[in-house]
Amino acid sequence: MRALTRITTSAVMLLTAHSVLDAQTFDRTRPPVLGPPPKVSLPPIVTRQLPNGLRLMVVEHHELPVADFILLVGSGGTADPAGKMGVANLTAAMLREGTTTRKSLEIADQIAFLGVRLNAGSSWESSTLSLHTPTAQLDSALALFADVALRPSFPANEFDRLKKTRLTELLQLKDQGPAIANIAYPAIVYGSSHPYGARLLGTEGSVAGLSVADLQSYYGSNFRPNNSTLIVVGDVTPAQIEQKVNRFFGGWQRGDVTPVKYTDPPKAGITTVYLIDKPGAAQSSFRIATVGVPRSTRDYFALTVMNTILGGSFTSRLNNNLRETKGYTYGARSQFDMRRAAGPFIASAEIVAAKTDSALIEFMKELTAIRQSVPPEELSKAKRYLQLQLPSDFETTQQIAGALVPVAMYGLPLDYYNNYVQNIEAITPADVERVARQYVNPGSLAVVIVGDRKSIEPTLKAVNIGPISIRDMTGQVVQ
Amino acid sequence: MAGLSAAVPAASQTTPRISFEKYTLPNGLQVILHEDHSTPIVAVNTWYHVGSGDEQPGRTGFAHLFEHIMFMGSQNVPVGMFDQWLEAAGADNNGSTTEDRTNYYEVLPSNALELALWLDADRMGWLLPTMDLPKVDLQRDVVKNERRQGVDNVPYGRADETILAALYPKSHPYSWPVIGSMADLSAATLGDTKNFFRTYYAPNNATLAIAGDFDPARAKQLVAKYFGAIPRGPAVTRRTTVPPVVIPRDTFLVLEDKVQLPRLFYTWPTVKLFAPDDAALDILAQVLANDKNSRLYKKLVYDLQVVQSVRAVQESSRLTGKFQIDVLPKPGQAAAGIDRLVQAEIAGIISKGVTRRELVRAQNSFRAQFLDRIASVLGKADALNSYNYFAGTPDFVQQDAARYDRVTAADVQRVARTYLGKPKIVLTVVPEGKRELMLSAAGGVK
Repeated sequence: MRALTRITTSAVMLLTAHSVLDAQTFDRTRPPVLGPPPKVSLPPIVTRQLPNGLRLMVVEHHELPVADFILLVGSGGTADPAGKMGVANLTAAMLREGTTTRKSLEIADQIAFLGVRLNAGSSWESSTLSLHTPTAQLDSALALFADVALRPSFPANEFDRLKKTRLTELLQLKDQGPAIANIAYPAIVYGSSHPYGARLLGTEGSVAGLSVADLQSYYGSNFRPNNSTLIVVGDVTPAQIEQKVNRFFGGWQRGDVTPVKYTDPPKAGITTVYLIDKPGAAQSSFRIATVGVPRSTRDYFALTVMNTILGGSFTSRLNNNLRETKGYTYGARSQFDMRRAAGPFIASAEIVAAKTDSALIEFMKELTAIRQSVPPEELSKAKRYLQLQLPSDFETTQQIAGALVPVAMYGLPLDYYNNYVQNIEAITPADVERVARQYVNPGSLAVVIVGDRKSIEPTLKAVNIGPISIRDMTGQVVQ
Repeated sequence: MAGLSAAVPAASQTTPRISFEKYTLPNGLQVILHEDHSTPIVAVNTWYHVGSGDEQPGRTGFAHLFEHIMFMGSQNVPVGMFDQWLEAAGADNNGSTTEDRTNYYEVLPSNALELALWLDADRMGWLLPTMDLPKVDLQRDVVKNERRQGVDNVPYGRADETILAALYPKSHPYSWPVIGSMADLSAATLGDTKNFFRTYYAPNNATLAIAGDFDPARAKQLVAKYFGAIPRGPAVTRRTTVPPVVIPRDTFLVLEDKVQLPRLFYTWPTVKLFAPDDAALDILAQVLANDKNSRLYKKLVYDLQVVQSVRAVQESSRLTGKFQIDVLPKPGQAAAGIDRLVQAEIAGIISKGVTRRELVRAQNSFRAQFLDRIASVLGKADALNSYNYFAGTPDFVQQDAARYDRVTAADVQRVARTYLGKPKIVLTVVPEGKRELMLSAAGGVK
C-alpha cells in the first residue's frame, strides 16, 4: 500500500478520480478485461491493367517517404525444363548481373548510391524482383528496376561466375543437417517425376550443364507482362504510379506462357522412417511430411485454424510438448505449404540427438491427437490469434506488399483480407476435426530424419512406428 | 557510371525525429512514450540493463537463460499462460539478450495494451514466489538446444566463442559468448536465478518504452497502476570501463569442424558504440565488403573468383568493440594466398584511402537503414530504449544518422591505419583432421 500511495501522489497531474480508485482497488491476480479490439480497415487496393497485360496493384501508405515494388512473375522452379533444374533460380539471380545498358558492377554501384534494396529471387511457382526505395529516388530507382527486369543481357562471364558460386554452395549444403533434410523430404514425398520433388537450386550435375541459352530461353518463355503483376505500396498515388509504370513497363512485349502440368503425386505408403546419416550431428533434423493441399482448397481457413493449434504458433501443441514441456528442442512447428498444386504438409524440429526416439513418439502422439475434437478454449485462442494479429501484418510498406503477393498469385479477391476475420470466425470444432482427419494421417507419413545414424538408428528401431529406410540427401536408397 | 551522377543524392533525405515523452516512476522505472496512430497496434518494449557481460565466472550464458525463465510465469501468471493470454489477444512477443542488455517485447492490437503491462509488471515484481527448479531445468534444456541449433550443429558455429576467448583476457566481460557453455548452463542453480533477479531485475534497472496507438494519459495511468507498486531494488553497480585490449602480435588459431571448406576469420580490437571512430569503422566495413564494388568482394569474389563469400563488420558494444573480416576460400584455394590478397586490399586503403564515390555509397546505404529502422512501432520502441541506454537520451536517432554523414574519406583511411594496421587474431576453421590447412605466421606474408 505504501507504494500505491506514492504513485497516486507523484503522478497526480494525470490521474483522474476514477484511476485513483482503480489503482487502489484493482485485483492483480486476474488478467485485465480488455475492451473490444480495434476496427481494422485494411487499405484499399487499386488495380489497373496495362495494354500489354501487366497487372498493377497499388496501395497508398504515406507514413514514411519510402515505397516498395514487387514484380511478381507467375513462373518459378516448376517451369524448369526437364533436365535443367536450377534454371529459374539462376535466371532470377542473373537479372542484376547486366542489362543492355548497364554492367553488373554499374548496377551494384547504383543500388548502393541510391540507397535502395533491389533483390531478385525465384520460388516454386513465381519469380520476383523487389525494390525498396526512398521516394526521393523514385524515378532513378524505378528506371534501374525496369532495366533489370526487362533488359537483362545474361553476360557469359557473369553467368560463369554465378554458376561456380552455386556449385560451391551446393557443396556446402552437405555441412548442414537442416539443409539436407529440406532437400531430402520433397524428393522422398514427391519422387523425381513430380515438379515438387525437384530441387530449386538444382544439382551439381544440372547446374554444371546449364548455358546462357537455357536462361535466355527461360526468361523469354516466362518473363512476360501477361504472366506478371506489379505490386506497389508506399508514399505514392495510383495516378502517379500508373503514369510511371506505363512509361517504364509499357513497351514490355506480350508472349505465350505455357502453363506447368502437374502429374498426380505418388500415393503415400505406410509410415516409414527415412534416415539420412550425418555422422556426429548434435541434433536430429525432423521433417515429417506428406502431400498436403493446393492454395485453392475450400478447406483453407479450416486448415489454417487446425494447423495453428497443431504447430502454427508458440503455444501450439507441437511446440508446447516438444519444447515447453519436454525441452527436446528450441522449437517445433507444422505447416501446410500451399501452392498451385498440392504442396507438402510438414511437421519439423531440430531435436537433441539423445532424444530422437522420444521426440518421434511425441510427434506421432500429437499428429494422432489432433484428429480428436479440440477443446473450445483452445480453438477460440487459435482463432483469436489469427484474427487479431492481422493489423500488425499491415504496418510497413514491405509487409503490405508481401501480403499482396498471394492475392496476385492465386487470384484471391481484392477484399480477401477484409473478409479474413469472418472466414476464420466461421470455422467450427467439427471443421477442425474433419480436416485433421482428412489431411493428417499418422499411418502414412514420411518421417525424414537427418542425424547421427550410429547412435539414433537402434533407438528408432525400438520405437517401431514403421520400417526404417536408409537414404542419401537426394532421397535415394543407400545400398 | 555517369548515368546516375545527376540523380537526387540520398543526402537530401533527413532521418525523421522520433517524438517522445520520458518520465521516471518513484521506484526508478524509466518510461518512454511515443504515439503513432497509423496502425491500431502498440509495442511494449522493456529493457533490463544487464547482459552476459555481467555474468559471474562459471555461469556463462546465465543472463540469456534467465531471459527464457522470465516467460515461465510469475505469481499471478501460471506456467504457460504468459504466452497463451498474449496469443489469445493477437499479440506477438519475444525477448533477446546481448552482452549489455536484455529486452522483452509484445506487439499487440491497441485494445490489449493493458494485458502486456499487467504481464510485464507481474514478472518484474512477482517472479520469485512461484519460481522453482523445474522451470529452470526446463529452460536449461531448451537453451542447450538453442546452443546446439545455433552453434554446435552449425558449420563454423564455434568460431565466434573461439575468437572471443583469444581476443579478450579471461576477466573481460566480452570474453565468453552470450549463449554460454554447456558446462556452465548445466551448473546454473535455482539460487543463481533468485540472486540474479534480486540484483538486476528491479524497476530502477529497467526502461519501459511504449510506442504506437494509445492515449498517453491512459497509458500513464496503467503504467502507474501496474508498475508503481513494485519496490525499488538495491542500486545496481555495473562496470563502466574495461582495460584496453592490446594484442602484442598476430595470433594464429585453428579450430577443426565438420565442414567441407576452410574459412578465415580476422579480428581486431576497436572502439565502443558511439565512440568517435565507431561510424568511420562502420563505413570502412562497407567499403571493404558490402557489395560487388567493395574492395574485398570485387577483388577476391568478383575478379579473381578465389573466394566464395566475404564479410566485414564493426561490432560495437557498450564497453568496447571489434572489427571482423571473414573469408571463405573456394575449394582448392590455399589460405596463405588468400591472406596475401586480403592484406593487400587493407594495405591499399591504409596507403591510398578511399574514393568519394565509395564513401557516398556507404553513407547512402546507412541513411536508408535509418528509415527502415523506424518503419515499425516495435523498431521505434526498441530504438528509443537503445538510445536511452547507450547514448543517454532517447532523442538520438538524428544524431546517430548524422555521425555517418560527418565521416570523411580521410577518417576512413585513418581508422583503417589505426585499427587494422595493428596485430590481430586470425582463426582458421578447418575440416576435421586437416590442421595443416590453417593460416599461420609461417604461411602468411610476414
